[in-house]
Amino acid sequence: MGMTLSQKILADKAGLREVTAGQLITAKLDLVLGNDITSPVAIGELEKAGKSGVFDKDKVALVMDHFVPNKDIKSAQQCKKCRDFACKENITHFYDVGQMGIEHALLPEKGLIAAGDLVIGADSHTCTYGALGAFATGVGSTDMAYGMATGTAWFKVPQAIKVALKGKKAEHICGKDVVLHLIGKIGVSGALYKSLEFTGDGCKNLNIDDRFTVCNMAIEAGAKNGIFEADDTTAEYLKGRTTRAGKVYKADFDADYESTINIDLASLKPTVAFPHLPENTRTIDEVGNVKIDQVVIGSCTNGHISDLRAAAEVLRGKKVARGVRAIIIPATNEIYLQAVKEGLIEIFINAGAVVSTPTCGPCLGGYMGILAEGERCVATTNRNFVGRMGHISSEIYLASPYVAASSAVLGKLGAI
Amino acid sequence: MTGKTHKYGDNVDTDVIIPARYLNSSDGRELALHCMEDIDVDFSSKVKNGDIMVAGENFGCGSSREHAPLSIKESGISCVIAKSFARIFFRNAINIGLPILECPQAAQDAESGDEISVNLEKGKIFNKRLNKEYSVPPYPVEIRAIIKRGGLLK
Repeated sequence: MGMTLSQKILADKAGLREVTAGQLITAKLDLVLGNDITSPVAIGELEKAGKSGVFDKDKVALVMDHFVPNKDIKSAQQCKKCRDFACKENITHFYDVGQMGIEHALLPEKGLIAAGDLVIGADSHTCTYGALGAFATGVGSTDMAYGMATGTAWFKVPQAIKVALKGKKAEHICGKDVVLHLIGKIGVSGALYKSLEFTGDGCKNLNIDDRFTVCNMAIEAGAKNGIFEADDTTAEYLKGRTTRAGKVYKADFDADYESTINIDLASLKPTVAFPHLPENTRTIDEVGNVKIDQVVIGSCTNGHISDLRAAAEVLRGKKVARGVRAIIIPATNEIYLQAVKEGLIEIFINAGAVVSTPTCGPCLGGYMGILAEGERCVATTNRNFVGRMGHISSEIYLASPYVAASSAVLGKLGAI
Repeated sequence: MTGKTHKYGDNVDTDVIIPARYLNSSDGRELALHCMEDIDVDFSSKVKNGDIMVAGENFGCGSSREHAPLSIKESGISCVIAKSFARIFFRNAINIGLPILECPQAAQDAESGDEISVNLEKGKIFNKRLNKEYSVPPYPVEIRAIIKRGGLLK
């Protein structure tokens, strides 16, 4: 029996000719990532274990993005711990205010991910890098600590679900609609412990930002990783960003998939996940009358330049409805600068939105847009759990940048 | 280990286990004061050392924050029994030495306040109210080794 794309990367990195689902392996890592929430715990664990030094100062990335620029003294202490560690260990890829961006947009942009890489990150959305044909998965701080010290991690080889995409999506359909549709179909534990491997002719009709969004939310179906086979779109994105060649893996023709899910991109409508789970999806024509208080456009899921362009297309010459607060967060400084050059920021400000420095901020209820009791937010973020963005009675509706920007203008959930 | 159970439903996410507003600290004792507060506001005051947490499917879904199993461990919970665990939570719990057992039937049958005994070595769960014993398949040898030394970095 052949191997899936994910299994082939894992086998290679473990130095094995083949692996099978369920097998426990130890594999060599190409990159270990942590942020300002998870790294302090990892650094503390290393200190407690009496370990010093990292396996490779060029293969550890520390990104200060969750509560940065620091929201309070405790957050500042956490960043200081990371900064001191990065300095002591001479970490090459330490990104602080001024260089930082939201980690999963930043690392690909900086060329730290190549096709075929094996990446672990102490952040659940590390699975984003599957968009570039890498095997990337979220872990906790102790795995991160162990990875930093040894350059290895243990993995249980996953089974895979094949997601066969066909056709061409309509103009205002984004990667977000694709992945929300999928999660609505299989549920928040529908891919538990498994890979989601995206294949089919439809892949070529998803741009790289769409693919980042799709892989980013693989975890919201419980998946270990989401992955696209690297192709011309991948190569074009990586060109000029990384000098590493990478390796393009392909699934074997007789790979063993647990199941196959078919999605016709042409049939998709704008899709929204209602509170309080990403699987509670409805298409835009089924949303009813949901009045809103806030809109957030940003996050590792949808803070890319394509997302800002989509929002600007809706907001150009329009005004955010009275009573709605619209917060737009470019995911990195490079994206921010590009948005300035294209005049997008001017469109946002003229529409009555605010534009923030890159940060995870409100996505996880950190700061920069916390919801009060009973308030409702349409967000391009990734989770709508109870209390995720603020008060436990507040509500989050997950949607694409088109729907979020439209909702800001309408004052209620909808599409223009 | 024997303790009283605290039972929750399906898809208990790490945001309710330990809300992000407390993640500006990584101190286990401080985190434990806010453990489960968004779905069970009295949890930290009623939990006793050795108590057992029981839940449904996909326990610990969402964020990779190790603060979640850490806050549960530091609150005094000796073991979590669930129908299934989200994978990052599963790794994290094993890696920090918080015992967890996947046993759908025991999780289904238990009610809050039941007295449950767990024998990790033998993979047995006993519910005193129901006078019922459950068997759990042993973990692979590699994972047992991590559990035995009390965590990945121990």
